[in-house]
Amino acid sequence: MVKNIVDWIDARIPMTATYNRHVGQYPTPKNFNFWYFFGSLALLVLVNQLLTGIWLTMNYVPTAEGAFASVEYIMRDVEYGWLLRYMHSTGASAFFVVVYLHMFRGLIYGSYQKPRELLWLFGMLIFLVLMAEAFMGYLLPWGQMSYWGAQVIISLFGAIPFIGDDLTLWIRGDYVVSGATLNRFFALHVIALPLVLVVLVFLHLIALHEVGSNNPDGVEVKKNKDENGWPVDAIPFHPYYTVKDIMGVAGFLIVFCYVLFFMPEGGGYFLEKPNFEAANPMKTPEHIAPVWYFTPFYAILRAIPDKLLGVVGMGLAIAVLFVLPWLDRCKVKSIRYRGLIHKINIAQFTVSFLILGYLGAVPATPTLTIAARIFTLTYFGFFVALWVYSKNEKTKPVPTRVTH
Amino acid sequence: MSNAPVDTGRRRFLTAATAVVGGAGAVAVAVPFIKSWNPSAKAKAAGAPVEVNISKVEPGQLIRVEWRGKPVWVVRRTDAILSELPKLDGQLRDPASEELQQPEYAANPARSIKPEFFIAVGICTHLGCSPTYLPDSFGEQVEGVTAGFFCPCHGSKFDMAGRVFQGVPAPLNLVVPPHQYVDDGTVLIGVDTGAA
Repeated sequence: MVKNIVDWIDARIPMTATYNRHVGQYPTPKNFNFWYFFGSLALLVLVNQLLTGIWLTMNYVPTAEGAFASVEYIMRDVEYGWLLRYMHSTGASAFFVVVYLHMFRGLIYGSYQKPRELLWLFGMLIFLVLMAEAFMGYLLPWGQMSYWGAQVIISLFGAIPFIGDDLTLWIRGDYVVSGATLNRFFALHVIALPLVLVVLVFLHLIALHEVGSNNPDGVEVKKNKDENGWPVDAIPFHPYYTVKDIMGVAGFLIVFCYVLFFMPEGGGYFLEKPNFEAANPMKTPEHIAPVWYFTPFYAILRAIPDKLLGVVGMGLAIAVLFVLPWLDRCKVKSIRYRGLIHKINIAQFTVSFLILGYLGAVPATPTLTIAARIFTLTYFGFFVALWVYSKNEKTKPVPTRVTH
Repeated sequence: MSNAPVDTGRRRFLTAATAVVGGAGAVAVAVPFIKSWNPSAKAKAAGAPVEVNISKVEPGQLIRVEWRGKPVWVVRRTDAILSELPKLDGQLRDPASEELQQPEYAANPARSIKPEFFIAVGICTHLGCSPTYLPDSFGEQVEGVTAGFFCPCHGSKFDMAGRVFQGVPAPLNLVVPPHQYVDDGTVLIGVDTGAA
């Protein structure tokens, strides 16, 4: 009976073939480790955001007059509204946690290198859209930090010569951040950007399955196939990696639920304290800081003592990641077989990124500004150094088979 | 069906012509989508010039009016206050108003059309707080100066012409909005006819 139905469908669309190509018979390198959890976790968080987001729109009012009150209404009067809202707000931070770790995995194992450049580019576009999505979503509660954060970030476009002022006016749709801004951000946040995001995730997965997954050894498993054409170092995604990923989901949910139920504000980093006060265009909060996942880039912006150059520096900090596959000229992918200089460089880059993240969250003092300048230099220094040494890097021999 | 040879040149021309026409159509269709993001008629009306009656403002008094959602101050300065201004030049970042924070006609020592009335946007040039007007007690902030504006957020200080003091976070003088006098007792904020 079931077989008949499946056959009937398969004669009309390639259901079983698609399932086998992407799940049932997708050859996955058998040496995946801890770092390979975060792709599937990002997918899980995306589903969480879409689902809770749709439910939140059912009670949210996207107007300057109604937004703040409707969020409080969701928190207090809607059954389980508090849970849906906290799942969404905690999910936003969790999204960036897993995406940053996912990107770090790509960085250390050279997953951006040939033939995975396009896969990396789709991933970077996802990161960019995710930042826009998070920024616009943060305006929606219409709290003090929503309002002034948007004010500051939109003002950044004003630094662009000649068109800056008109551009900020066009983005806001008003002379100040207002209900018009809130309405369009709502539309972009709930319809336009999620659509783009889902399409990009689809392309990211198609690109991955076309070239095949990299692995901690950076060995191309497709180069070594048995008589049936199956890569000898690969195992089918299902059941082996579905089970492994469920294990990752369990671990992730323990941490996620702890934050969700015991510290949903994330110590003032996931939901900032001034945001529990309604937006007031006549009064600015004492200290404006972006949410934690933007702080490294915000620190770079503040470190440069020129408005335009600051904006350019911040943009470059993200743009330079796009061209990473072409900056790294080494043929060896994994950090396991790369030179000492590359290990040191990745370590200093990681430290620079974390310290910039801290510096962007605290008020600037002259000493901290100097620190931010130093780490801005080391952040960009990573890419410059990589380009210089990777051409003739002294590497270790790469094995022909994966190790585990 | 005829088996005439394919005229590739003609085919390429038709493909290109179709693409150009289609592209022009796409660009035309994009216009309303992009234009709809501009401030609406309602927002523009709210951003329209504001007429202020200043005939009843007492010496030393500050009144606030809202223009484009921002607080705009109108302060009536006494002769004593005006005579104090030039003495502060040495303590200021931009005493001569060289930065373009005011219309050309307000780039003078008092930063105004009529020295008696000072008109400025009451938003700190640092991070956008609204500074407090201290008509008598500004001396606590800058010794020997009677009146000025003090920003409670990050401690920026401005004199009675909205000029920023040195050693504070705000980089620039307060913004003087475009304005013009309709008659002696009425000022129109938000518009000017060039040199007023």
